[in-house]
Amino acid sequence: MAMEYSEKVYDHFSNPRNVGEIADANGVGEVGNAKCGDIMKIYLKVSDDGVIEDVKFKTFGCGAAIATSSMATEMVKGKTIEEALKLTNKAVAEALDGLPPVKMHCSVLAEEALRSAIADYYRRMGKDPEPILGCTADCANCHCENH
Amino acid sequence: MSRFVYADNAATTPMSKTVYNAMQPFLTENYGNPSSLYRFGNKSRQAMQNARKQVATALNAADPSEIIFTGGGSQADNLAITGFMKGLSAKGRTHIITSRIEHHAVLYTCQALEKEGFTVTYLNVDNLGRVDLEQLKSVISDNTALVTIMAANNEIGTIQPIREIAEIAHAHGAVFHTDAVQAVGHMHIDVQEMGIDMLSLSAHKFRGPKGIGALYCRKGIALKPLVYGGGQEKGLCSGTENVAGMVGLGQAITDACGANLDEKMSYVKSLTDKLVKGIMENVPYTHFTGDPENRLPGTASFVFEAIEGEGLILRLDFAGICGSTGSACSTGSLDPSHVLMSIGLPHEIAHGSLRLTLGEQNTEEDVDYLIEKVTEVVASLREMSPVWEDGKPNLTAASELHSH
Ligand SMILES: Cc1ncc(COP(=O)(O)O)c(C=O)c1O
Ligand code: FES
Ligand SMILES: [Zn+2]
Repeated sequence: MAMEYSEKVYDHFSNPRNVGEIADANGVGEVGNAKCGDIMKIYLKVSDDGVIEDVKFKTFGCGAAIATSSMATEMVKGKTIEEALKLTNKAVAEALDGLPPVKMHCSVLAEEALRSAIADYYRRMGKDPEPILGCTADCANCHCENH
Repeated sequence: MSRFVYADNAATTPMSKTVYNAMQPFLTENYGNPSSLYRFGNKSRQAMQNARKQVATALNAADPSEIIFTGGGSQADNLAITGFMKGLSAKGRTHIITSRIEHHAVLYTCQALEKEGFTVTYLNVDNLGRVDLEQLKSVISDNTALVTIMAANNEIGTIQPIREIAEIAHAHGAVFHTDAVQAVGHMHIDVQEMGIDMLSLSAHKFRGPKGIGALYCRKGIALKPLVYGGGQEKGLCSGTENVAGMVGLGQAITDACGANLDEKMSYVKSLTDKLVKGIMENVPYTHFTGDPENRLPGTASFVFEAIEGEGLILRLDFAGICGSTGSACSTGSLDPSHVLMSIGLPHEIAHGSLRLTLGEQNTEEDVDYLIEKVTEVVASLREMSPVWEDGKPNLTAASELHSH
C-alpha cells in the first residue's frame, strides 16, 4: 500500500549525506542481504582517541533505507565510539520526523550496520566485539520476516 | 526544468474530455433515480440502457442484457468467480483453474473459496509470463467448473492465448472467465469469436471514470448475487445505479474500442518500442520482462540489477515522472511481486523492477525524457549501491542470470 514519507526523509533520500567508501577505513560493516531487498554497508575512520572522524555508507534499498543510512551517519560523525553505540534505530527514525510503520525495519538495519562496523573496528583493535553485536548479517537468526 | 510525464496508465488513465462531457448532465440536472415511476427518471433509465448497449457492442456481446454493471474491475471478478462457483450453473462441480499471475481480485477470491472447501489449481507460467497450456490440459477434469485466466497481465503486459484456453475449458464442460481489465480498449476483444463466457472490465483503465466496471456474462449462466438489495442489475449487484459512471463507461468504451483502435494501438506501440529500445541500449544490466511479441501495446517493464525499485520510483517522481514497481519495499511486504517471482526472476533481481505504461496521450518527447531520466536515476542509485562495483553488479545470482 502507498504511504507517505516526511519532508526530512525525502530530503535525506534525494540528497543523501556521506555516500561512498573510505579507502583507509578501520571499521567496515555490512548487514542485510539482497534477497530481503536491503543491504547496508558502513565505513568508519576512527581516530586514535576513539572519535569517528569520517563515516561513509553504501545502501541497496528503499527510500527509507537510504534516508536512514544518511541520517545515521550524520548523527555519529564526530562522536566517540561509545556515543555512537548509544544510537538507536528509534533515535534515527525520530530525527527523520518518523517513518511509516512498515519501514521501521529499515532503520533497524542502519543501527545494525553501524554496530557491525564498530565491531569490525573492535576486532582490528584486538577487542572482543561480542557484547555490542546485533545483526551479524546472519539471516537465519535475524528479525527479517522473510526467513 | 520541470516536466510532468505520466507513464502509469496501467494503474489508471486520465479521463477524456468527451467522457467528462457525456457524464456531466447526469451529475447535475439529470439526477432522477432510474427505478422511479415518474417521467423524470426516464432520462437516467434511457442513458443506462444506452450505456449497456455501448458496452455490448464494443465486446460484440449477443445482447445488452448480458452486461452487468459493477463498482469496478475487482467487483466484476468477485461476482464472476464467487457468483459462479456458488451459483446454479456450477452444477455441483467444485474445482477452479486459474494462474499464478492473476490480479489479487482473482487470486484472493480463489483463496477465500479454497478456505470454504473449493479446490483451486494455480497454473504455472513460463519466463515470458504465458500460462502452461499442457498443465491446463492435464489438470482439467469433469469436476472443473471454472477456468479463469486474465487476458493480459497488469505488471508485464503478457497477453494469454485466450481462444485456446476457452477451447480447452469448453471441451471439459467448464466455463471460461477472463479478467480483461488491462486488455479492454487496448486490444481487440470479441467475446463470441474468442469463446469467452464471462469477462471483467473497468472503465478507468481506458479513460473512463473510476469506480465503475462491468461483467459480461453470457446468457444462460446463473450467478449468485454479489450484493443483495433492491434488485438492480438483475439482482446480482443491487444498489441505486451509478448512472453518470455507466454513461462514462459507455462513452469511454465506445471511444476506446471504436474505429481508431488499430491506429491508437500502433501509435502507442511505436512509443513503447522506442522506450524499450532506448532503455535497453542506455542502461547496462537491464532485463526486459514479459513477452516481447504478445504484449499490451503500452507496457514496458524492466528489472535493473543492483538497485531497489522504491528508490527508483521516488527519484523518478522528483523528475516529474510517474511509474511503478513490483519491489517488496513498495508493497510493504518483504517479497517482490508474485508476478515477477512466477516468471522465475530471482529475489535479488526482482527488487529492481520498473513498469512504465504509456497511453495515447503520451508523446515522442515524453519517451525521450523517460529514457534520459531513467538512465540518470538508475546510474545515481547504482553509485550508492554496495552490490554495484566497477560498473557491474557483484551479486552471484546476477552473474548466473547473465550466463544463460
Ligand atoms: C488485471 C486487473 N484486474 C483487476 C483490477 C481491479 O480493477 P478495479 O481497480 O477497477 O477494481 C485491475 C486494476 O488494478 C487489474 O489491473
Ligand atoms: S535483515 Fe536479513 S540479516 Fe538483518
Ligand atoms: Zn526497506
